Amino acid sequence: MSDLTPAISKNSKILALFAITCTAAVGLVHLLTKDRIEIQAQQQLIQQLNEIIPITRHDNEMFRDCIIVPNDGNSDLLIDVIYRARLNNTATAAAIKTVAPDGYSGNIELLIAINTDGSVSGVRTLLHKETPGLGDKIELRKSAWIETFSGKKVLDKNDNRWAVVKDGGMFDQFTGATITPRAVVKTVRKTIDYFQANQDDIFTTASNCGAKQ
Amino acid sequence: MKINSEYKELAWQGLWKNNPGLVQLLGLCPLLAVTSTVVNAVGLGIATLFVLICSNATVSAIRQWVPKEIRIPIFVLIIAAFVTCVQLLMNAFTYDLYQSLGIFLPLIVTNCAIIGRAEAYASKNPIKQASFDGLMMGLGFLAVLMVLGSIREILGQGTLFDGANLLLGPWATALKVQVYQLDHQFLLAILPPGAFITMGFLIAGKNFIDSRIAEAKPKKLEQAIERVRVNFEN
Repeated sequence: MSDLTPAISKNSKILALFAITCTAAVGLVHLLTKDRIEIQAQQQLIQQLNEIIPITRHDNEMFRDCIIVPNDGNSDLLIDVIYRARLNNTATAAAIKTVAPDGYSGNIELLIAINTDGSVSGVRTLLHKETPGLGDKIELRKSAWIETFSGKKVLDKNDNRWAVVKDGGMFDQFTGATITPRAVVKTVRKTIDYFQANQDDIFTTASNCGAKQ
Repeated sequence: MKINSEYKELAWQGLWKNNPGLVQLLGLCPLLAVTSTVVNAVGLGIATLFVLICSNATVSAIRQWVPKEIRIPIFVLIIAAFVTCVQLLMNAFTYDLYQSLGIFLPLIVTNCAIIGRAEAYASKNPIKQASFDGLMMGLGFLAVLMVLGSIREILGQGTLFDGANLLLGPWATALKVQVYQLDHQFLLAILPPGAFITMGFLIAGKNFIDSRIAEAKPKKLEQAIERVRVNFEN
């Protein structure tokens, strides 16, 4: 056993040395790319926000005018961040980042923009793991389906048009995939309800999402 | 020249005879998962190529200082470090492609083609040859990815180079070719089982060509193929 000790200690030293070198290299690349990655993510956010709330409807920097909504656990709607759009300091719309938890393969992250009159300004899918070729038509680059929400309103509490055609609603399902659009429609509907119930709070709460200058 | 023939042999091994995709069947997981379009396939292929060259060169450069008992963890460390760097760089410079390749970038670490080459070739040969071997093996892998991606994209979506803008910038949107119009996507080609079947046909095709070549000149002796698994005698 004792004759093994020098070999073990030598090998562990070499291994440690390599671990340190590799970690240092990764750390260095991380430092060099960190700012750019942040800018890229921010630019994508700005672009997406401008797509669903056109520049004619706001003149503020939406990605900085936002609130983080604490999850109170009472509602089954998971809201992440709300970006507020204002024109001449008057609230015009809000983009709500939320999650549809009942997709075919897990969560679907959505960005839902709603005008102050309660109509949908636009919806985008941010992240999903739906089946390629079937459920991924919720992506704008695969299909224009997500655009069908634009301009739609929830008329009253019993508005049953907010469902896929198969369930008697007004939104198309996809061939071979009903669960995915059903989950998206349900979450958009719930988000509109939330928006209408909390509209005053949404626009008056001070910005607290801490976006960098 | 002896050196020249050595490089020729390396190129031949990597691109055809011992192709990591078709013969060694390494890295099947990313190969089958991301080849639904040519652009995704090329994106992952280039990332793998880059990691393969870097890891081969590094492994070769440090081969005198690595005791053979702990060589595998060290190779894994080096490969994982390079993959993480590639991932960060792609996140920074090709953000959209990074998002569409998703989970499969970190999975390059588990691509056995890379550790296979480190172990079988780079750990025993000088830097130049090892880098060249990485380049050729990477190109061979990239070629298989591209062929598989083209077949699946044409069968599944009826297009070619869809989403080239993710890789090359907005101007490349024009590269998209609509080969024929499909009312519905052909799902089997898009999903991994389709990739598996297509892969089978590709391997069969390669074997067919090889047997034809062998028939054409039956007298030539088969050279020993260097396998990935190597037993160390000492």
